Amino acid sequence: MLLFIEQCLNGLQLGLLLFLLAAGLTLIFGIMDFVNLAHGSLYMIGAYFAATFAAMTDSFVLGALLALIATFLVGVVVEMVALRRLYGRDHLDHVLATFGLILFSNEMVRLVWGPEGRNLALPSWLNTAIEIFPGVYYPTYRFAIIVVALAVAGFLYVIVMRTRIGMLIRAGASNREMIGALGINIKLLYTLVFGIGAALAGLAGLMQTPILTASIGMGENILILAFVVIIIGGIGSIRGAFIASIFVGLIDTVGRAFMPDLLKLFLSQAAASTAGPALSSMLIYLLMAVILVLRPEGLFPAAGNR
Amino acid sequence: MKKTMVAAGAILALTAGSALAQSKSVKIGFVSTFSGPTAVIGNNMRDSFELALDHIGRKMGGLPVEVIYEDDGQKPEQGKQKTEKLIESDKVDFVVGYIWSNVLLASLKPVLDSKTFLISSNAGPSQIAGELCSEYFFSTSWQNDQTPQAMGTYMNTKGVKSVFLIGPNYAAGKDMLAGVASTFKGQVVGQELTKWPDQLDFSAELSKARAAKPDAIFVFYPGAAGVQFLTQYAQAGLKGQIPLYTAFTIDELSLPRQKDLALGVPGAQHWVNDLPNDANKKYVADFKAKYKSSPSFYGAQTYDAVGLINSAVVAAKGDLTKKDVMRNEMRKANYKSVRGPYKYGNNHIPIQNFYLQDVVKNASGELVLKTVATIVKDSQDNFAAKCPMKW
Repeated sequence: MLLFIEQCLNGLQLGLLLFLLAAGLTLIFGIMDFVNLAHGSLYMIGAYFAATFAAMTDSFVLGALLALIATFLVGVVVEMVALRRLYGRDHLDHVLATFGLILFSNEMVRLVWGPEGRNLALPSWLNTAIEIFPGVYYPTYRFAIIVVALAVAGFLYVIVMRTRIGMLIRAGASNREMIGALGINIKLLYTLVFGIGAALAGLAGLMQTPILTASIGMGENILILAFVVIIIGGIGSIRGAFIASIFVGLIDTVGRAFMPDLLKLFLSQAAASTAGPALSSMLIYLLMAVILVLRPEGLFPAAGNR
Repeated sequence: MKKTMVAAGAILALTAGSALAQSKSVKIGFVSTFSGPTAVIGNNMRDSFELALDHIGRKMGGLPVEVIYEDDGQKPEQGKQKTEKLIESDKVDFVVGYIWSNVLLASLKPVLDSKTFLISSNAGPSQIAGELCSEYFFSTSWQNDQTPQAMGTYMNTKGVKSVFLIGPNYAAGKDMLAGVASTFKGQVVGQELTKWPDQLDFSAELSKARAAKPDAIFVFYPGAAGVQFLTQYAQAGLKGQIPLYTAFTIDELSLPRQKDLALGVPGAQHWVNDLPNDANKKYVADFKAKYKSSPSFYGAQTYDAVGLINSAVVAAKGDLTKKDVMRNEMRKANYKSVRGPYKYGNNHIPIQNFYLQDVVKNASGELVLKTVATIVKDSQDNFAAKCPMKW
């Protein structure tokens, strides 16, 4: 039972991290109708920035803050220089252009930081385990990720639901033409949304760095999961992204942890431990397939999305 | 990214040597990983191969040596494709390299069917030592199970009564975990195989290991994954609670990034940089001088591949069609290996010593790998009996 609680926390942590990535992706997709495959590159860039700034300033927290700002700026610059020209175009053009951006940023990172990857060491106060329930030890840093991500989710909720900017963002997700016609500076809004999305991806990346280290192409694997999340959650919906990412995180981790044991009930030990990881990594795609059949527009479609 | 580099041998004075030597060269195809996060391993192997060629004057039996490097991208299908290209269009005389057991298994058939010698300078899947063994296959490394077997033996002497095993879900991962379980006398309380190579978050596995309350954890994570595993093991607060035993997880390439996390974590290895034989001293010193970095066991095995091939070409006096002569010579392992002398078993897998290595701080405060003791002498793999080849 205690193990189950611990595994749920692991799943929650993965889910919240996915949420940070998916929130930006779903905003950009939902509001700007722009398919951004290079979202994973921003995640990677955030990770490399954090490793570099933390080494320069000798402070994990300061490095993380600087990396966050830098990734926001990178997002803004990329939007203004490259992506702005693509908005009116077909989705296929978006996919091609942002795929090019992935290749570009991977090579760029290789040139700047070298091929071998970067570490980000945790300060000692984060590099331990804490007892959250009697008998349940949990890595302090992973717990910190849960807290930070929940805070960011709450903050996003307040911004989107309670502020004027948020109102515009929601209006943009519902009907882009109309808010343009009402005299809102849609260009500026798009740049801002893209920058926020980039910063969220950067935050996810930099928080993963102490666990996974920064490496080239780290964004591509997790980007697929993020797309699964926004399809399950409904494109353009932050709330959908939140619920779907926690679902996906829990199913992935709990499945990985208990699937082999479950299979052992009716398979041999060797077959179960081989088939377990394979089957559990299929679970989330099964979930996506079921959702697509039952609710093709996702769990919480943004109003106005057909 | 495809990186093909043709390193032609030094220009020969064509007047020297036999008529045969004038028309031919020794063509070697080299397949390893030169892109992605494990490219550091492939580069270390290539550097060692080039150094070894320098040491023999880039000539074997009077013939110039030509090497064609191919990148497998750590993918079995890509490795197979590149191997077929080397055999069919480049018509190489030897194929060398292979870090990953699954890549080697996928690439085996085209090489052996064409009766070309294949020298694995790392991967040692159990299949190739047993039922798939071939008179055209030689290893300058080990069979996967051997190194963890040595670790299992060492854990017995340390009085470990129960262990939890964690490794990646591919050919080598399964061999490694089976290897440690075969010599470990205590109880294996749990075993986890993770998705390879994309799963790098081991939270679920570490939680299960902690819950199983073993005396020790054994782990096999080659390349960058070893850095991530050690980091997460420390973050989970397990360092100091449940001791870690490893195979191929801490080496000269991962150590600079694992840093203090690796201090005091034992590993088993057939080659350590401080082995006190002359060939090894020369290899380590010259590698450091030429590349300003440290050689690894991956490199050492690859350096040895040049010695093995050279012995065969010299024995055949440069006539590369004399495959029987070359095979008989290679079976003697008649060259100066950096691990010290060893013998070949009937399946062409080395019968060799395995050492205990530890991470220590040297006089200038740098972390280095050091040989502590010999765990097993003249270890032969468990699959030799399944190989029908006799000689």
